[in-house]
Amino acid sequence: MNDALPLGIEPLRSIDAVEQGLSEAGYIANRQISTAIYMAHHLQKPILVEGPAGVGKTELAKSVASWLKLPLIRMQCYEGLDESKALYEWKYGKQLLYTQILKDKINSVIGDADDLATALDKLHSFGDVFFSHQFLEPRPLLRSLQEPAGSVLLIDEIDKSDQEFEAFLLEILSDYQVTIPEIGTVHALVPPIVLLTSNSTRDLGDALKRRCLHLHIGFPDDKLEAKIISSRVPGIDGRLLKQLVSFVQQLRALDLKKVPSVSETIDWAKIMLLLHVSVLDVDMVRDTLNVLLKFEADIESAGKQLAGLTHKARQDAGVA
Amino acid sequence: MIAAPASEPLRRFLQVARGAGLKVSAAEGIDAARALDIVGFEDRTVLKDTLGLVLAKTPDEKALYDEAFDLYFKRDEFSTDRAEPEEDAEDSEQDPFSSPSNGSGGDGMGGQGGQSLGSLLANDDRAALATAMEQAAREAGIENIRFFTQKNLYARRILDRMGLRALERDMEAMRQTGTPEGLGRAQFLDGRIEALRDSIRDFVERNLLLFAKGDTEKFREELLKSARLSNIERRDLDRMRILVRQMAKKLAARYAKTRRRRLRGQLDTRRTLRRNMGWGGIPFITVWKQKRIEKPRVMVLCDVSGSVAAMSQFLLMFMYAINEALSDIRSFAFAGSLIEVSEILEKEPVEEAITKIMSLIGFGSSNYGNSFADFEDGWMRHVTNKTTVIILGDARGNRTDPRTDVIGRLSQRSKRIIWLNPEYKSAWGTGDSDMYRYAPFCNLVSVCNTLRHLERAIADILEDAT
Repeated sequence: MNDALPLGIEPLRSIDAVEQGLSEAGYIANRQISTAIYMAHHLQKPILVEGPAGVGKTELAKSVASWLKLPLIRMQCYEGLDESKALYEWKYGKQLLYTQILKDKINSVIGDADDLATALDKLHSFGDVFFSHQFLEPRPLLRSLQEPAGSVLLIDEIDKSDQEFEAFLLEILSDYQVTIPEIGTVHALVPPIVLLTSNSTRDLGDALKRRCLHLHIGFPDDKLEAKIISSRVPGIDGRLLKQLVSFVQQLRALDLKKVPSVSETIDWAKIMLLLHVSVLDVDMVRDTLNVLLKFEADIESAGKQLAGLTHKARQDAGVA
Repeated sequence: MIAAPASEPLRRFLQVARGAGLKVSAAEGIDAARALDIVGFEDRTVLKDTLGLVLAKTPDEKALYDEAFDLYFKRDEFSTDRAEPEEDAEDSEQDPFSSPSNGSGGDGMGGQGGQSLGSLLANDDRAALATAMEQAAREAGIENIRFFTQKNLYARRILDRMGLRALERDMEAMRQTGTPEGLGRAQFLDGRIEALRDSIRDFVERNLLLFAKGDTEKFREELLKSARLSNIERRDLDRMRILVRQMAKKLAARYAKTRRRRLRGQLDTRRTLRRNMGWGGIPFITVWKQKRIEKPRVMVLCDVSGSVAAMSQFLLMFMYAINEALSDIRSFAFAGSLIEVSEILEKEPVEEAITKIMSLIGFGSSNYGNSFADFEDGWMRHVTNKTTVIILGDARGNRTDPRTDVIGRLSQRSKRIIWLNPEYKSAWGTGDSDMYRYAPFCNLVSVCNTLRHLERAIADILEDAT
């Protein structure tokens, strides 16, 4: 059954290898994420990645691409996205230009025709020259099917697109092929690794979900988060790292409108590094809190508890 | 691609997963089998992650899945199977329906390989007993258990399959001998059988949880959806609230979108000409036909007196849960007189808001005429030809003036009036009911006393909002 797979992608031989490879590409994956990538390759199924904003859904696709040295083809979804922007479009300009240039040649082709019918017949014998691959402008979906070595296709924020577009994706997701009326069905040269991301702003259709593996990335636990940050912010002091992570983890337990995600922790860690902080103190935290929290109300409600949170973070890290 | 035949443990697990409330389609079952081919049974955590990727598709489902997985794979039966997982996967073609028929004789020796139940009990061979029980349960089709009322039935079937009747006959024979030895032995066995019964009952209970949890919940929910709202018991209220929210979410999702849709390919000739007037009518810019779907503006007038109160509560809950599908909603509560309650409902969580409203105005005796007059004085000017007015009430005004003239004016001003009446149609117009006096002014009058009625009524409102 696995014969059809591009097993030139040797790195995908085991789940451990995936985990290893991703970490070399700078993405610290937990077991579930690596299992998902591994299964996606072997079952030839797309992965639907859901989870709160900023936990590294898009980053995952980028890392997979850079690790496997495959081109990453990204398609950002938005309301109103349609197939002419996602799949293909005819190069109307080129078609027009060519008809102008070739106008003179027409005479030599049909010049000796006696009547209209023969002239038409002669024209027909040339086939649909203007609707061929040369005049096709491939958009992300078609491009990813045409990549000779395979590719990583990232369909970002699928929940932002319309329901109709979701239905339109089904063909490419289940069979790795698309149908262009004028040309026919285009199959993938090598099935791409497809990742779809969603922030769950709306419920996706069952048909789409059925065709995908479903990976939910939540907030990482403290150990994993520490690992992620030390890989993203090299040179950060171990004790500071512990404090930061402990603080952010506590913050997530509060009742906030939008809790800080990993990307925000990373930004915060970078700032702390720039400021040469080694021990968290309340004023410092208060000044930089807007990096972590993006709503005035959140900053206010967390602000009241800063002293306690900071103290606890210091304790967790073993700093007096 | 040929899917591998689902192995027996997997097939049963899928059933468990469905029982737990996961939606597992056939296609996903096939995927699960293929995934299983790749990872095998060896590593439990990998197995869990893998099947989770294939089967559970929302965070809620993930939680259900985790629970079901742990419950199922913790079972002792499986741990014995697991010793030779390879073989297990291999002989999976023997599907469950053709399960070995050696035990189906009912009161025979059961499937314990010749050893009679009596000797098993006498030797107190727990492992063998457990195996026999599992086997008998499988033959009795334990995975089809759905309701707690079936517990005794299945326990009985399992006992039968294990050879209880034969044993009872033997014991009868022992008693007949009359010797103290025979009697003592029979008594001893009696005690053992009692213990066996208990453990089988436990076992069936566990299986009921495993296979039927989702179904029982669903069954209960179905019942609640079509139960009269005034009869809902207090202990079911929480569940009802969850149900209302679910139904509302579904409705809102269906109607929240598409307010303006382009009908591509249909030229709007009139507007195209108008648009291109400047160029002497040569169509440089084309204008396409558009369909505009408006979100309904809704005003809800709820009777909160006595009998109708329960109904009103759910209507308000429903309306506020779908407010994303509406462009504007204003709500009013009335009994003897009428007040606007939109603000209370917006600011506070629905449950508290409703108690508050009830304490403000509820439970008096209703006066429809007076309340409608209040509405006309205070809010009639906000009613436009885009407003849908929903009135919920039994139209029983205690023989006060119904003021149909107000409703008449309201029906002229508004887009439509929908009257939901919790009483059965046969009761309309009897006693002090003014339903038939109001009915001519309403675009729709319908009976509405269960959640299902409510859902249908509101779906209609959203649907005709074009």
